[in-house]
Amino acid sequence: MNSAGLVTASYIAATVLFILALGGLSNQETARRGNWYGIIGMAIALVATILGVVTQHYTLLFIALLIGGSVGLVLARRVQMTQMPELVAILHSLVGLAAVLVGFANFMDHSTVLHGAEATIHDIETYLGVLIGAVTFSGSVIAFGKLSGRIGGKPLMLPARHWLNLGLLLGSIWFGVAFVEQSAAGGGTWPLLLMTLVALAFGVHMVMAIGGADMPVVVSMLNSYSGWAASATGFMLSNDLLIVTGALVGSSGAILSYIMCRAMNRKFLAVIAGGFGTGGGTTASGGEEEGEVQPIQPEETAELLANAKEVMIVPGYGMAVAQAQHTVYEITKALREKGVNVRFGIHPVAGRMPGHMNVLLAEARVPYDIVFEMDEVNEDFPDVDVSVVIGANDIVNPDAQEKPDSPIAGMPVLEVWKGGTTIVLKRSMATGYAGVGNPLFFKENTRMLFGDAKDSLDAVLKTL
Amino acid sequence: MKIGVPRESHPGERRVATTPEVASQLMKLGYGVVVQSGAGAEASFSDAAYQAAGCETVTSTRDIYDQCDIVLKVRAPEGEELGMLRSGQTLISFVWPAQNPDLLETLTGRGVTALAMDSVPRISRAQKMDALSSMANIAGYRAVVEAAQHFGRFFTGQITAAGKIPPAKVLVIGAGVAGLAAIGAAKSMGAIVRAFDTRPEVKEQVESMDAEFLMLDFEEDEDGSGEGGYAKVMSKAFIEAEMALFAEQAKDVDIIITTALIPGKPAPRLITAEMVESMKDGSVVVDLAAEQGGNCELTEPGRVAVKEGVTLIGYTDLPSRLSAQSSQLYGTNLRHLLTDMTPEKDGKLVVDMEDEAVRGATICIGGKTTWPPPAPKLSAAPKAPAPAPAPVAKPEEEKKSAGGPLIAMALGGLALFGMGAVAPPSFMAHFTVFVLACFVGYMVIWNVTPALHTPLMSVTNAISSIIVIGALLQISSGSGLIMWIAGFTVLITSINIAGGFAVTRRMLEMFRK
Repeated sequence: MNSAGLVTASYIAATVLFILALGGLSNQETARRGNWYGIIGMAIALVATILGVVTQHYTLLFIALLIGGSVGLVLARRVQMTQMPELVAILHSLVGLAAVLVGFANFMDHSTVLHGAEATIHDIETYLGVLIGAVTFSGSVIAFGKLSGRIGGKPLMLPARHWLNLGLLLGSIWFGVAFVEQSAAGGGTWPLLLMTLVALAFGVHMVMAIGGADMPVVVSMLNSYSGWAASATGFMLSNDLLIVTGALVGSSGAILSYIMCRAMNRKFLAVIAGGFGTGGGTTASGGEEEGEVQPIQPEETAELLANAKEVMIVPGYGMAVAQAQHTVYEITKALREKGVNVRFGIHPVAGRMPGHMNVLLAEARVPYDIVFEMDEVNEDFPDVDVSVVIGANDIVNPDAQEKPDSPIAGMPVLEVWKGGTTIVLKRSMATGYAGVGNPLFFKENTRMLFGDAKDSLDAVLKTL
Repeated sequence: MKIGVPRESHPGERRVATTPEVASQLMKLGYGVVVQSGAGAEASFSDAAYQAAGCETVTSTRDIYDQCDIVLKVRAPEGEELGMLRSGQTLISFVWPAQNPDLLETLTGRGVTALAMDSVPRISRAQKMDALSSMANIAGYRAVVEAAQHFGRFFTGQITAAGKIPPAKVLVIGAGVAGLAAIGAAKSMGAIVRAFDTRPEVKEQVESMDAEFLMLDFEEDEDGSGEGGYAKVMSKAFIEAEMALFAEQAKDVDIIITTALIPGKPAPRLITAEMVESMKDGSVVVDLAAEQGGNCELTEPGRVAVKEGVTLIGYTDLPSRLSAQSSQLYGTNLRHLLTDMTPEKDGKLVVDMEDEAVRGATICIGGKTTWPPPAPKLSAAPKAPAPAPAPVAKPEEEKKSAGGPLIAMALGGLALFGMGAVAPPSFMAHFTVFVLACFVGYMVIWNVTPALHTPLMSVTNAISSIIVIGALLQISSGSGLIMWIAGFTVLITSINIAGGFAVTRRMLEMFRK
C-alpha cells in the first residue's frame, strides 16, 4: 500500500472539508453543519498523519493530545461569552507559538539535506514561519492582556515608535540575511534566535500601541497572522494541507480586518501604527456649549417603550461589560408580547471583536432574525419610535456625519437621532474610546438613563 | 352661492360638467347645485340620480343662468347662451382664448369672471385640476379603441390551428398624456408599440410602458421641450430627419396614432399624402390633432375617411365618445378647482389672483381681460436640471481605479516572473496551491454573514491548528530535544483544536430563530 498517497488523499479530503466549514458560515442554518465538517476534516488529517507518518513516541503523542484536548474542552465550556475576544486572542497565541516551535524543531532536524536555491528558499521559509509565528504569539498575548483587563487599554506611546518599528523590521531583515548565509554553512542558530526575540518585541510593541477601540481590528489581524504562520510552516515542510489551511485562515483574517477598518473609516496602516483614542477621556471641546442633557428614570423609560410601535436597540461594549444581555432579552420578550416590534441594530465594530454583539445576543437567546446589521436598519430610523442605546458611544455619534474635522468623521454610524426618542444608557458622561464628545446626548429627543446598564434595565423590566 | 350646470348645447357634445357624485361633494363645500333637466342624459346620468344626490333640476337653460352665480360647463357658451351671462357671474369651462379671441372679448365685455380650464397652469399643485390631461388621457385610450374598430385584424399575435396571426404594429407620434395613454391601451391589447417624441426626456416614460422609443438619426442635440412641459417648434433639419423616419415607419406599421400638438400653433404636418399612400391597405391613421388642423395631410376633421385604402379617423370629440368617463374626470377637476377657491368651505367663491393656479385659469374678471397670465414660476418638466454636484469628485476616483489595479497587476506579474525565474519547480507547485487557496478563502469569506464573524474567528483559529501536522512529522525524530519540542507543540495545538471547535459549536448552538 502506498501510504504517502493515502496521506495525501486524506489531506485533500481535509482541505475540502475545511473550505466547506468556512462556506457553511454564510448563514446560521448551515453553520452548525459547517463546524462538523471542520471537526471531521481535522480528525481525518490527524488520523492519517498519525497512522501514515508517525513511527515512534506514540505515548508522548497521545498524552499530549489527551491533555491538550481536555484543557481545550474545559476552556471552551467555562468561557463566558463576554470573554470570547480574550479566548480567541489566547488561542491565536498558541498557533503562533506552535509555528515558532515547529520552525525551530525543523531547523534542528538535519535528516534532509538540501542544496543551492532549494536550500535558500527552505531557509527563508523557516525564517518567515518563525518570524510570523513569534509576532503572532507575543502580539496575541498582549491582546489577551488588554482584552482581559490585565493590561491597561490605553495605547502605549513610546517616543519615536515609528522609528523603533522600522528599526525592528530592518533588524529582522538583517538577521534573515545572516541566517541564510550561516545556515548554508551549517550554522545560523544565533541569527534565528535573535530574530525571534526581535519579532517577539515587535509583536508586543505593535499591540501595546493600539487603543481599545481598535481591538476588533487587532484581533482579526492576529487571526490573519496565525493563518500566514501556518502557511509559512507548510512551505517549510512542503505540506500542501498546511499551506491551504493557512491561506484560508490568513485571507479570512485579512478580510475581517478590512471590514473592521472600513466600519471605522480608518486605514489599516493607521490602525497598526497605533495611537488612536488618545484623547485622554475628556469631553472634547465644544461639548459644554451643546446644552443640557435630559435625564430620564427607568419608569418613564418603560412607559416610553411600552407605548412605542417600533423599538430599535443598539448595543455596545457597555452591554457586555454590564452583562446586561439577558435583561435586554427579557425586555425584548415582554415588549414583543405587547406587539411592539423590537429590533437590534449592530454596528460592525460594536464590542471587542467582529460579531461580538451577535454572539452575546445569541447567548441571551435573542432570535437572530430580529438582529440586523447597521446597513440593513439605518434607513429605518425615521420610522423608529424609541431607540435604546446600551453602552455604546462612538458608533452612534452624529459628529461622524456632521463635523468634517471630528476625529471620527466619515465613520459609518447608526443614525439613532433620526428616530422619535433616543434613550442612552450610560454610566457617566465620559467619552468613548475615540475620546470625542457625542452631541447625541444633547439632542432634544435624547434622554439619558444614567447608571449601570444592568441595574437600569432590571428596573425597566420590573416596571414593564 | 348656487352652482348651475346647463345642458351642453354644442352638437355632438355628450359630456356634462358635473356628475351626481361630484355634485354631492360640491354641496359639502356649501354650494347649492342646480342642474338642467337632461344635462347628464348622454353621459348616462339621469335627472333622478342628480336629484338623489340633492341637486335641484330646472327645465330651461335660462333658469340656470338667471338663478346661479357660478356656471359650470364643458364647452364655452355659444349663440344665445352668451346673451344669458350677466355681470358678476362666474363661468368655468374650456374657452381656448388663444383660438377664440372674439369669445374672450365678449366674455370680458359682459363683465363675467371666466376661468378657462384649458389655461390651468401645468404646475404640480394644479395637476388635480388639469382637465387637459384628463381629457387627453381619455382621447388617447379612445383613439386605440377607434383604431381597433376600423382595423380589420387582431391587435395581438396568435398561433391558432387556422394559422399564424401576426401582432399589429402601432406607431404613436407624440408621447404626451394622450400618447402615453394610447401606448398603454395598444400595448394591453397585444400590439407591438413604437413611439416617437421630440422631447428626449419622455424616452424613459415610453420605455417604462414597454414600448419602443424611436430615435432620430440626427446629429445635433436638439431638445424639443418647450415651456410648461409642452413641445415646441423644431428646426428644419430636425423636421427633415423626423419626416424620413415617419416615411420609413409608415411602410411597416399598421396603425399610426398622432398626438402632436404645439401650444398656440397649428398642428405640425407629420404624415404626408405619400406616406399614407405607402401604408398597407387596411391600415388606420388616428389623428388626435384633427381639430387643430391635423398631423396628417389627408385627415378630414370630425369624420372618418378612407383614402388610398387607409382609414383616416379625424374625430375631434374623442373624450365625448367616452362621455361617462370624461364627465366624471372633468367634474372632479372642476371640484378640485372649486375646493381651492372656497377656502372657508362656506359656499363663497374667492377669486384669489395671488394663487398661481387660479391666476392662470382666470381669463377675464370685472370687465378686464387677464389673459395671457404671467409665465408660471415652475415648469412641470424642468428643462435643464441643475447638474448634480456628485460628478465633480468622480473623475479623480475613476483615475485612481483605472491606474491602481493596472500598476498592482504589473508589479504582481513582475514579482511572479522574478520568482519563477529562480525558484525550483517544487516550490512553484506549492506556491500555486497557496495562491489558489488565498483566492478560495477570499471568495468564501465574503459570503460569511457578519453576525457569524466571531464563530468564524474561532473556527479559523481551530483549523489553523492544522500546524499540529508539522509537530507530528517531527515527533518521531531520533533527537530527544526535537521529540520534546514536538510533543509540547502537539499539546498546545490540541488545546487550540479542541477549544476552537468546541467553543464554535457552543456559540452556533445559541443562534436560534
